Amino acid sequence: MNEIIDKLLLLQYPFARNALIVGVLIALCSSLLGVTLVLKRFSFIGDGLSHVAFGAMTVGVVIGLTNNMPFILIATTFAAILILRKGQNAKIKGDAAIAMISVGALAIGYLLMNVFSKSSNVSGDVCSSLFGSVKILTLSTTEVWLSIALSIVVLVVFVLFYNKIFSVTFDENFSTATGMKTELYNLLIAVVIAVIIVLAMNLVGSLLISALVVFPALSAMRVFKSFRSVTICSAIFSVTCAFLGILISIVADTPVGSTIVGTDIVGFLIFLLIGTFTKRRTA
Amino acid sequence: MALLTCRNLALGYDGHEIVHGLSFEVNAGDYLCVVGENGSGKSTLMKTILGLLPPIAGEIRTGDGLLRNEIGYLPQQTEVQKDFPASVWEIVLSGCGNRMGFRPFYNKEDKERAQRNIERMGIRKLVNRCYRELSGGQQQRVLLARALCATSKILLLDEPVAGLDPVVTAEMYDLIEELNKKDGITVIMISHDIAAAIKYANRILHVAGHVFFGTKEEYIESDIASGFLKGGEDK
Repeated sequence: MNEIIDKLLLLQYPFARNALIVGVLIALCSSLLGVTLVLKRFSFIGDGLSHVAFGAMTVGVVIGLTNNMPFILIATTFAAILILRKGQNAKIKGDAAIAMISVGALAIGYLLMNVFSKSSNVSGDVCSSLFGSVKILTLSTTEVWLSIALSIVVLVVFVLFYNKIFSVTFDENFSTATGMKTELYNLLIAVVIAVIIVLAMNLVGSLLISALVVFPALSAMRVFKSFRSVTICSAIFSVTCAFLGILISIVADTPVGSTIVGTDIVGFLIFLLIGTFTKRRTA
Repeated sequence: MALLTCRNLALGYDGHEIVHGLSFEVNAGDYLCVVGENGSGKSTLMKTILGLLPPIAGEIRTGDGLLRNEIGYLPQQTEVQKDFPASVWEIVLSGCGNRMGFRPFYNKEDKERAQRNIERMGIRKLVNRCYRELSGGQQQRVLLARALCATSKILLLDEPVAGLDPVVTAEMYDLIEELNKKDGITVIMISHDIAAAIKYANRILHVAGHVFFGTKEEYIESDIASGFLKGGEDK
């Protein structure tokens, strides 16, 4: 018990507080867009784009960029637009497009890292960028503020375009036919997702990002029945899981990313139970 | 001038032509039924009218003060919608999306409009229900209410009775007829159901190798219909 309290006392240090703030914000942003992505059958876009971000990162390292972030952001946004822009009417459908881009970027990234890396521990580097690292615990003040600023932008955009996002998600053809600027909104969704993914890479690493996108939305959908309640619930779910996950990882000395995902899984199982129980009662 | 004029349209996907030589016009108050076999290009025609697909050749013009985005649309159910968590209210209200422009939220007028169309479709009791838990007929009413939020002039209905049982089908046809006769809404309906087309519509467009466009009476007299109708009676 004392040990746990000792560990929790770490929270008085800025690095732990930063990790908590950034983690919760990223979880919040990814869960909001997650509902749309799951419903549009783009659950794996998080995975795909994060591999693109991984590829871009290695390219950045190889060509010797000191500050990778803007370059990664641009490359990822570009890939997101490529995947999402055509939406339902694309020639290569969503899942295939994602698989193609995702695996391609992952392979090229790993190849470049192996061929050009000067580091002695290539597999360690790869592993930490895939599964997240202690990086969230070593964020610089600039990175923290950048994350906070981008999260706020994402939140504001989401609230302002909430109704449009609903229309475009529920029925893209109807929205286009009745004169809404569907392409513009799809573009907006793509950009926002790219931003979230680049942010989330710090937190859980590129392999586990899909979890942040998918679990909150799926859990909320077990229990709630309107778009608004699902969105709100998935936000609360995601924030709670990220918060608990980070605390547990500090106390138990486990990797941050996989601990958060573990909490998400437990949360999902609880919601699944609640869902089946309430359904049986109303039926 | 006609609400909608199509001249010498050729339709298809990616340069593959499915139909050509389509010319017809729709006047205010018309009830036009588009009939034809599967794969004859009915749905493609609808998508082209809605601006979702560009025509390969020919032109589509709107007149009488109708704007291209004032066409209400009742689509066929998509895969995505089957497990979509959304309340009836959210869906109907989303029909007002085209009058928002860049305004982020619905205003009082939008909400009143949604409310009116919910009453009109007789689904007031369902307002807070989840869309995916409704029956097929109820879902069609919800989507019809949404389409009415988007327009008060012209409705395009894509197989509105597909998958509905006979009783609900009849109700749906009555509802559409009422919108056409009582509220003066122009209707373009795609249908397999020739018997219903002849019963309700005043104009028929038969899309096939040989295109027919004319009034219902002319259609019944024509060769193309007699082949098609007999085929129907034999079943």
